[in-house]
Amino acid sequence: MKFRDYNLGGFFDEMIGEDGSPRLAVRHLARNLEALPDGELIRRQKSADRALIQMGITFNVYGESAGVEKTLPFDLVPRILAAEEWTRIELGLKQRIEALNLFIDDLYHEQKIIRDKVVPEHVIASSKGFRKQCVGMNPPRGIWCHITGTDLVRHGDGQIYVLEDNLRCPSGVSYVLENRHLMKSLFPEVFAASKVRPVSNYPLRLRDVLEFLSPDSVSSPRVVLLTPGVFNSAYFEHSFLAQQMGIELVEGSDLVVSDGFVWMRTTKGFERVDVIYRRIDDDFLDPKAFRPDSMLGVPGLMEVYKAGNVALANAPGSGVADDKVVYAYVPRLIKYYLDQETILPNVPTYICDEENDLSYVLENINKLVVKAANESGGYGMLIGPHATNEECADFAKRIQADPRNYIAQPTLALSRVPTVVDDHLEGRHVDLRPYILYGKDIYVMPGGLTRVALKKGSLVVNSSQGGGSKDTWVLADAATKEEDLLARNPAQSQSQSQEANI
Amino acid sequence: MLSRVAESIYWMSRYVERAENVARFIGVNLTLMLDSSDREQQWAPLVNTTGDHEDFEKRYKMATEENVLRFLTFDRDNPNSIISCLRAARENARSVREIISSEMWLQLNTFYLKVNDAATRGKGMESPHDFYTSVKLSSHLFMGITDATMTHGEGWHFCRLGRKLERADKTSRILDVKYFILLRSVADVGTPLDDTQWAAVLRSASAFEMYRKKHGRIWPKGIVQFLLLDREFPRAIHFCLREANESLHAISGTPLEQSTSDVEKLLGGLCTYLASTSVDEIINNGLHEYLDHLQDQMNLVGTKVFEMFFAQRVREPEKKPASESLQ
Repeated sequence: MKFRDYNLGGFFDEMIGEDGSPRLAVRHLARNLEALPDGELIRRQKSADRALIQMGITFNVYGESAGVEKTLPFDLVPRILAAEEWTRIELGLKQRIEALNLFIDDLYHEQKIIRDKVVPEHVIASSKGFRKQCVGMNPPRGIWCHITGTDLVRHGDGQIYVLEDNLRCPSGVSYVLENRHLMKSLFPEVFAASKVRPVSNYPLRLRDVLEFLSPDSVSSPRVVLLTPGVFNSAYFEHSFLAQQMGIELVEGSDLVVSDGFVWMRTTKGFERVDVIYRRIDDDFLDPKAFRPDSMLGVPGLMEVYKAGNVALANAPGSGVADDKVVYAYVPRLIKYYLDQETILPNVPTYICDEENDLSYVLENINKLVVKAANESGGYGMLIGPHATNEECADFAKRIQADPRNYIAQPTLALSRVPTVVDDHLEGRHVDLRPYILYGKDIYVMPGGLTRVALKKGSLVVNSSQGGGSKDTWVLADAATKEEDLLARNPAQSQSQSQEANI
Repeated sequence: MLSRVAESIYWMSRYVERAENVARFIGVNLTLMLDSSDREQQWAPLVNTTGDHEDFEKRYKMATEENVLRFLTFDRDNPNSIISCLRAARENARSVREIISSEMWLQLNTFYLKVNDAATRGKGMESPHDFYTSVKLSSHLFMGITDATMTHGEGWHFCRLGRKLERADKTSRILDVKYFILLRSVADVGTPLDDTQWAAVLRSASAFEMYRKKHGRIWPKGIVQFLLLDREFPRAIHFCLREANESLHAISGTPLEQSTSDVEKLLGGLCTYLASTSVDEIINNGLHEYLDHLQDQMNLVGTKVFEMFFAQRVREPEKKPASESLQ
């Protein structure tokens, strides 16, 4: 296969430059792909598809009968980021998370940012993610958002923008690790030549963060991952992460609160739990504090948490920063809390709650992407240029009825990456979700989940709506740290052979 | 270990073993049929021994080879068919994927997908011998991977406990199938019956060659001794229960020579019982009655295992939760 025939379609392509030749960072991969004999590309793609099913790397689909599992389609052409560009992204993400954490802490304490009129009070008061139950709370080590997945996109201008923050229970990191595992078996030769930075130590990093949160009095903390159960769409990930971290995977019914502590039900009786990585939304965490009808949570958990006898990651209440209206204020938050200029810009955002913006949005709705403030997964969203007139009119009505709940952004020309379609490559739009861990310091995993809209022309990358994923390669350069190099060194020892013993 | 997790591991393992043994039942019968001149009546007892004959009669009526094979292999409404067992094993494994090794999951998932594919496409029946052999081998592979890749700690012991209890129960049923097929009257016991047919029973428990080494000549008493009382053959009931007992003690931490809980006393008692009975006693008192009693006792062990280790998941702590006592 040759890149000569590849059509850029007028979009920024992550792999192929405007002159039609592969970008510098991807040269090894491009050479390798071009050298593949006819039919080899599709053979490897099929082999990857098969491996996913056999390994059971699946997600459950809501709305279909229980137990229906699908694989997240995996495309074998990776998305590659050069070392230099990554350095800037990493700095930008650290800056953003630091500011967001200060912001959340401020909201649940003095609310200086509201008093100083940087963020209007009613935006916070009306945010679904703001939890009155958390006012005055002090999470262990002062950290609220331990695990964040921030969605990035590249626009036609070549610039990387932040599309949204996910501070509640961002998912997808298991696919990053499994995709890498697959790619190593599919393209071993390209890996060595390209100097791809490893992602495999993420589970250990995450475990360190979780242990760091345990109460001081505990010498060897027990950390568990709390899942809604086997029917949750992200169950595979919960199970995978628990396994990779070597911690217990628990369901709400495995835990019980007694005597001011959280216990788990074991074959040897009740054992104390110190840190919970919860993959359950605030609403369902504790029926005594939040939704009383929740069957997934642990009654009384919040009381134990407030008393400092158990740590929760992420801290309840941190979802306030997921609000898409709050998002629009992040550059101002960075200025306010850190007194710095924003490194990674937001996508320009119109806040429907502000009068001027509202009238602009209503007039130009067919050119804009409109999003509900508190939805995720690609739901509650209008892509103006792809919508019918009725759909636009319907959304306009919804915005007018509840302007606080909507923002709008220009339709971005998301960058594309060559993707296997039948027996050749075509450009498909992608985004990128890197994962950021906040413990003793802030760590950004080199890479992240590249989601790809597999339908021709589609801009929606969500797995629930026809999206797939790709491996993401961040390349190392001379400045790359020792940790990476260690992970790369092969084992030296060799076991004895029979002859040697005779 | 979480009670829920322990229970899932235990059942994962039991269901894989059960699927294997259903394949063994069918395997031995297929072989017997090849040598049998009287081809009709011999499929019904197979359904009887799995205890699902009422369901079978309601839905299939005639115990033809085709019906029985379908019922025991691919019928998703029969909870003890091979496909149902594997589905249950896989669902249990899926809920403890982080506890078992990735290799175990991969093998079990592949195993399930293969049989599921055969069930969906109705394939496998054109060469039933190959199909049932591959089911047995896949199960062996799973057990081997389990032993080689999972830490031999609490989880592994629950795995082994489940497997050995299931195997002991099923070996007793394989013997019982033979009892139904061949021992129409008690007077037949001990008479030189067709060697080929007894050999088929031994083969169904992968015991033929091992039996030969130990007993040489094939005769019913020797077979009963070997499959029931042998202390060294891995599918013998006595051997299985002793290993189950070891795992039980490893889990509870009680030394092997002691028994503190109900379940330890019961299982330890069964082992002693098997160690002290002779083949002659068993045959004289009735093999079928003996096996029946043994099966009841083994079922009771299963119930006690549940009470001792798994029931914790629904129990309340003795002290009242603090938040409640304030109200």
